[in-house]
Amino acid sequence: MAKQSVLIPAFVFAGIVVLLWFGFQLSDPHLLPSQKLNDPVPDFELPSLTAVGETLNAADLTGEISLLNVWATWCPSCIAEHGELTRIFETTGLRIIGVNYNDDSDAARAWLKRWGDPYAFHIVDEDGTLAIDLGVYGAPETFVVDAGGIIRYRHVGVVTQKVFEETFAPLIQNLKDAS
Amino acid sequence: MRGRWVLAGCLFWVLSAPSLGAIEAQAFPDETIKARYYDLIATLRCPQCLNTNLAGSDAMIAQNLRATVLRLLVEGKSDAEVEQFMFERYGDFILYEPRWTAKTWLLWLGPLGLALVGLSVWWSMGASSRKTRHGLSESDRANLKQLMDR
Repeated sequence: MAKQSVLIPAFVFAGIVVLLWFGFQLSDPHLLPSQKLNDPVPDFELPSLTAVGETLNAADLTGEISLLNVWATWCPSCIAEHGELTRIFETTGLRIIGVNYNDDSDAARAWLKRWGDPYAFHIVDEDGTLAIDLGVYGAPETFVVDAGGIIRYRHVGVVTQKVFEETFAPLIQNLKDAS
Repeated sequence: MRGRWVLAGCLFWVLSAPSLGAIEAQAFPDETIKARYYDLIATLRCPQCLNTNLAGSDAMIAQNLRATVLRLLVEGKSDAEVEQFMFERYGDFILYEPRWTAKTWLLWLGPLGLALVGLSVWWSMGASSRKTRHGLSESDRANLKQLMDR
């Protein structure tokens, strides 16, 4: 009996080690699991940023595989990401669609003039309604949408060349092979 | 000297400004909606911040979600429907009281399980100490008898 009770603290210690070992390996708690994966892009009816007067809806996102990128002029990391999005468009020709999130449209147009515009078009989401329907909680966020308008992947934060090549490119290749 | 007090006052005023953050003017159609609005934003968690509710956060997403809660209430949605709306978009994270699912049962039952483990350890320790205090084992008795008979 005495021997057994010596073992109890050892077991408790081992338990804590295992718990912390796995606890610290959990993914970043800032990253919310996506609720919208494999769902169609929610329906919306919002103006276009560059083609003033035109409205866009979810059907405009179908037809080919696209990146749906949520950006804003108030988001400094969006500038950092912009170079990579430009590189992606220039090297792969992938369609990139912008969601200008909680932003001032004039400022957004000036931003694009300054940094260039690799996007096919931009959806003006001034009140963040589309962003909320997508489960967005910050910028930048990027979704991979297949040709049928289904959300296949979501990336929170800056898309870097590493992220694109290791995660996006194989996924997009799979989607192309499947269709 | 007086200038210093004025400066201190100004500093106090400027530094205390952030605490006024999340107070914003909302137009409530009636008192029930107002009360329900405040209840909901207190129980929904801000997706951007790790441990702040919608009521306490200044994040842009929290402002948008507060406006959304009010819009849904004005549209006549029930509290449960508002929670469902948020759950569909942001998942368990946004609910301070996670739902019962295959993923969350451990969260709910874990503390109860730990309490049971603690109770059983406490009980077995009590039992073993009672045994040594009041009873002697067979070999102890034999030893004692030997000593007494000597």
